[in-house]
Amino acid sequence: MSGALVEAPPAADARAQGVPAREAEPATRVRGYWGNVWQRLRYDYATLFFLFVILLIVASAVFAPLLSPFDPNKASMAHRLKPLFYHDNILGTDEQGRDILSRILYGGRTSLLMGIVPVVAATFVGGLFGVVAGYAGGRLNTIIMRSMDVFFAFPSVLLAVAISGSLGGGMVNQLITLTVVLTPPLCRVAETSASQIRSMDFVDAARASGASTVSILLHHVLVNVVSPVLVYASTLVSASILLASGLSFLGLGVSPPTPDWGLMLSTLREAIYVRPIVCAMPGVAILLTSIAFNLVSDGLRQAMDVKA
Amino acid sequence: MNTEAQGAAAPMLDQPADRGGRAQPMLIAQGLKRYFPIRGGLLNRRVAEVKAVDDVSFTVLKGETLGVVGESGCGKSTLARLLMHLLVMDAGSLIFDGDPVGTEQGLSLRDLRRNLQMVFQDSYSSLNPRLPIEESIAYSPRVHGMERGQAKRIARELLQRVGLRPEYFGGRYPHELSGGQKQRVNIARALALNPRMLILDEAVSALDKSVEAQVLNLLGELKREFNLTYMFISHDLHVVQYISDRVMVMYLGQVVEFGPVDTIYAQPRHPYTAALLECRLVVDPAGRIDTPPLVGDPPNPINPPSGCRFRTRCPHAETVCERTVPALGAWNGNTAAHLVACHMAHPGSGHSRAAPAPVVH
Ligand SMILES: Nc1ncnc2c1ncn2[C@@H]1O[C@H](COP(=O)(O)OP(=O)(O)OP(=O)(O)O)[C@@H](O)[C@H]1O
Ligand SMILES: [Mg+2]
Repeated sequence: MSGALVEAPPAADARAQGVPAREAEPATRVRGYWGNVWQRLRYDYATLFFLFVILLIVASAVFAPLLSPFDPNKASMAHRLKPLFYHDNILGTDEQGRDILSRILYGGRTSLLMGIVPVVAATFVGGLFGVVAGYAGGRLNTIIMRSMDVFFAFPSVLLAVAISGSLGGGMVNQLITLTVVLTPPLCRVAETSASQIRSMDFVDAARASGASTVSILLHHVLVNVVSPVLVYASTLVSASILLASGLSFLGLGVSPPTPDWGLMLSTLREAIYVRPIVCAMPGVAILLTSIAFNLVSDGLRQAMDVKA
Repeated sequence: MNTEAQGAAAPMLDQPADRGGRAQPMLIAQGLKRYFPIRGGLLNRRVAEVKAVDDVSFTVLKGETLGVVGESGCGKSTLARLLMHLLVMDAGSLIFDGDPVGTEQGLSLRDLRRNLQMVFQDSYSSLNPRLPIEESIAYSPRVHGMERGQAKRIARELLQRVGLRPEYFGGRYPHELSGGQKQRVNIARALALNPRMLILDEAVSALDKSVEAQVLNLLGELKREFNLTYMFISHDLHVVQYISDRVMVMYLGQVVEFGPVDTIYAQPRHPYTAALLECRLVVDPAGRIDTPPLVGDPPNPINPPSGCRFRTRCPHAETVCERTVPALGAWNGNTAAHLVACHMAHPGSGHSRAAPAPVVH
């Protein structure tokens, strides 16, 4: 081969990669896409910090029985609506004299469940329909996307209230409601990106090599759809928590004695003029969680953008 | 050279066997047609259609390079996609090395794809941005059942062969490559199945002149080494002259002239070919000014002119051109090697410049 044909790699590259190893097998370690994402994430300290915060919140919910100073459901007429740092009630007590901190820790279990499970479920359902619609195009696309539009046409809160109202309260119904509400937007994101990918020449190149549709979807479409969908899904976690809180607040979610952030806000609101700071505590928990999820999803978006 | 890997014996897929023998053309396309519907109006009805490829027939001989030229939008890429069966043809048939494609007794689509591969026009969208290029190349052998490690070895060898050192480039992503490097990767990927024929759609058009020359050289070497047949699509007449054995000139979805490269470049019979070539000679090649070769825009492919499609821009147009579609045929009774679709070249067509009709007894 003539030497002129070889395009010399930039010198910096050679140094970064070291002298190619003299082995028969791979001289370079080919880092996969996810390896690269992790490399970028590793040096994004802000995102790592908020990832840590999320882990803390999850851990505090999981280990609520160990961490809680009191039984979250133990009422006490004598100690109603006490301020912060009242004896052992670090965050005060609610209108029935129950310890706010304990209720927030236990409430995190319901709220995180409401934040994560519907998003994961909707990502699978919406992602699947979206990828199929986007890749297939034509009539199938029209059928799937128009059905999604039926749900998409309503404001999400209204839709959630409507579905929840017809299904009835309770945790399972609340999870179903949230999944139904979150599926159409995720489906839309997956569809948009899948139909973009569909028209790219590398998909045609894969078809030209004789690959089956399933193989193309797995190797070429999914890898490109996954990151926008994942990034969008992570922003939905906080939306889902807020929506769930809203439903509980309206009495369409979990029922009263169960600790839940939204429910706590709802019952405490009457005491807002008596103990404003104590009453705001469940709100602070919601705020902190959603901010953490939003910032992590922001960092994820940056790390997943190959061309960044 | 990657001696270590070669020690492990180049484990490529076998090149599909030559079934038809030397004289059998590699590819015979008959009456290919593809109209794209234009939808609009109330119920998304079909209101019109783009006749992107309209009754195109030609042959590609074994071992040759067939150049395809024509203005932008004349249907070159659509033709390539029809040949690859990436688009469904509205009409027409394909015979690959003597076997009809897609019929019961003939060649299956999967077999066709082992034989025929394509390098895509747009080097930016033709590589998966999320896959290291090595994986992109290794993908097609894996589709055909090759084990992962071996497919990767082939990918590295091909990278080496197209002039990209696998140690540096194998793990890179498409956005980390220059246009020329990407096009080399595209060529390597097309070769990964060890095909017998390549369709190169504007393979060098987006490259600067020095890189273009390098890639053209590479294509020449690969052709000899892998015993390939090329269909080379381009709008650059210089490049086509340099690389082709025969040339096919397209205008608005139809073939207007077809023949050996030297004949066509020396003696174009179709006014469209002549106009293309004329402008090429007028412009000093060193100046490289891209003036449009013809005055006026090509007519709308949605409503092409009646009769001869070129007549609206042809200096010799007469009423016969408006009324009848000129057939693609040998001109003036000459050999069938040089075909033209122009009334002036066909005796007895009624055009004032055509020779009189031969007397029939
Ligand atoms: N998928 C499609 N849907 C509708 N029309 C299309 C489609 N693909 C191509 N066309 C139309 O078909 C005609 C031929 O397009 P094609 O891409 O084959 O041209 P081309 O000769 O390759 O041009 P270029 O030199 O610019 O690549 C154009 O008028 C184009 O607008
Ligand atoms: Mg094209």
